Amino acid sequence: MLGLVNRMLQVFVVDTYGPSLWSDMAAASGLGDPEFEAMLHYDSAVTDRLLTAAARQLDKPRAALLEDVGTYLVCHSNMQPVRRLLRFCGVDFLDFLHSLEDLRDRVRLAVPDLVLPDLEVTEAAGRRLRIACRGDLPGFGHVLVGLLRAMADDHGALVLLDHLGDGPDGEILEVTLIDECFAEGRRFLLGRGALEVAP
Amino acid sequence: MTLPAPLLDRLCPLHLWIGGDGRVRQAGPTLRKLLGGDPGGEPLLDLCEVVRPRALASLSALLAAPGRKLRLRLRQPPRTGFVGHLHPDGAGGAVLDLSFGLAVADAVQDHALTSSDFAPTDLSVELLFLLEAKTAAMDSSRRLNQRLQSARAAAEEEALTDPLTGLGNRRSADQTLARLSRARAPFGLLHIDLDRFKQVNDSLGHAAGDAVLQAVGGLLPANLRHGDRAARVGGDEFLVVIPGTPDPGRLRALAERLIAAIEAPVIHDGAACRVSASIGIALHAAGAAQAPDTLLRAADRALYAAKARGRGRAAFDPEAGPAASDPAPEAPRAP
Repeated sequence: MLGLVNRMLQVFVVDTYGPSLWSDMAAASGLGDPEFEAMLHYDSAVTDRLLTAAARQLDKPRAALLEDVGTYLVCHSNMQPVRRLLRFCGVDFLDFLHSLEDLRDRVRLAVPDLVLPDLEVTEAAGRRLRIACRGDLPGFGHVLVGLLRAMADDHGALVLLDHLGDGPDGEILEVTLIDECFAEGRRFLLGRGALEVAP
Repeated sequence: MTLPAPLLDRLCPLHLWIGGDGRVRQAGPTLRKLLGGDPGGEPLLDLCEVVRPRALASLSALLAAPGRKLRLRLRQPPRTGFVGHLHPDGAGGAVLDLSFGLAVADAVQDHALTSSDFAPTDLSVELLFLLEAKTAAMDSSRRLNQRLQSARAAAEEEALTDPLTGLGNRRSADQTLARLSRARAPFGLLHIDLDRFKQVNDSLGHAAGDAVLQAVGGLLPANLRHGDRAARVGGDEFLVVIPGTPDPGRLRALAERLIAAIEAPVIHDGAACRVSASIGIALHAAGAAQAPDTLLRAADRALYAAKARGRGRAAFDPEAGPAASDPAPEAPRAP
């Protein structure tokens, strides 16, 4: 598993709850060294242990924790580069939702070792979209819920989001697009300007 | 088929349609944004210049070479660059289709462009995504490399250091000797063995013994020059390498200074710990090619001689010739 996943968890915990909580969590997961390198590889079991320790430490169900991570990836000022890369994917929020099917390949273009789950987007009646999430990152669907909610805000769209649970087709999310132009949304210029470095 | 003008705007947001007179009839919406207004009626070559190929500098030359890949530049600052190709419209004029090419990152920056300024089929946006994503990944990798390099340097340093005294360790001493003998450089070698160290350990405890070793670890560098190297190579054994032409008189004087310093009592837990030292001196002349082992054996023999003569003193290798030993006799030792 590419260290980027664990590194994202680490910066999320440190940025949201502080470094000492992260140290406690890392120790509780049986980690010798609490520093993760984004570009190195780690045993997949480590991620699972980290999430268990985090849920226990923060007294929060794993699903809620993962949703917070998803929100963090778009909203936190340290995550500007991630938010920008997600804004590249679609001109407006609906376009972005449809582009989720390409997300796995798009990410691999940049970081070949990062394999996101396969996402399948189908339109249903009443401006609803169904997203099926299948892959090697269990719980990614919950991260996606947080991420999509934050991206909707970023685009200025009003949506309803639900995680419908795990099924034979993977994790299922339902998105109802109430109003695409509900608010102004955040500006996104293609030029990087004075962009700060990624974590 | 004639192409309706609005269709051209949709398909090519960056286009210029010129009449047979060379004046602009229509400019695509993104180009209008770049120019800050509608350039209708202006001569094409007033608006932009053809950078390459240089031969196509006039309207007639351009019209005579349709489809050639052109590099152009707007005349107005910031002189944004384009790649383009020009084709006749069948009515005496021509359409110039443009894109930013590799300069797209600068262009979007200079003109605050967004995705809607590009056709959905235009790969410019994908290129910018790739550029940003790859840059972030490269930055991350570069910082990792720097961290790994520092960690490696620190690990190498640790592998050559004796943790108790902070001096070099046996491996470090071996490296120094190998390097100097390979270079056939001149140097002197001191093999120091502490006298009565075992007694201090036995009577005052190992913590006292450690304190004595740490004291020696401090006084050795204090009494040596910048390029000299000291290492702890055994429990109470040290090696000192003195680069430079080995002068027996000066080496003996150094050894006696070191012995005097080592004999100063070390106070630990209120008790005075007293040790002395025997020192064997060996010399490696310039141009000599003695293997480190040979030299270490010579220093060993010298150390043995020092111990045999009563300890608390320095001696040279008894098997070495007169050039490798002290011309002056040994000064009498105070009891």
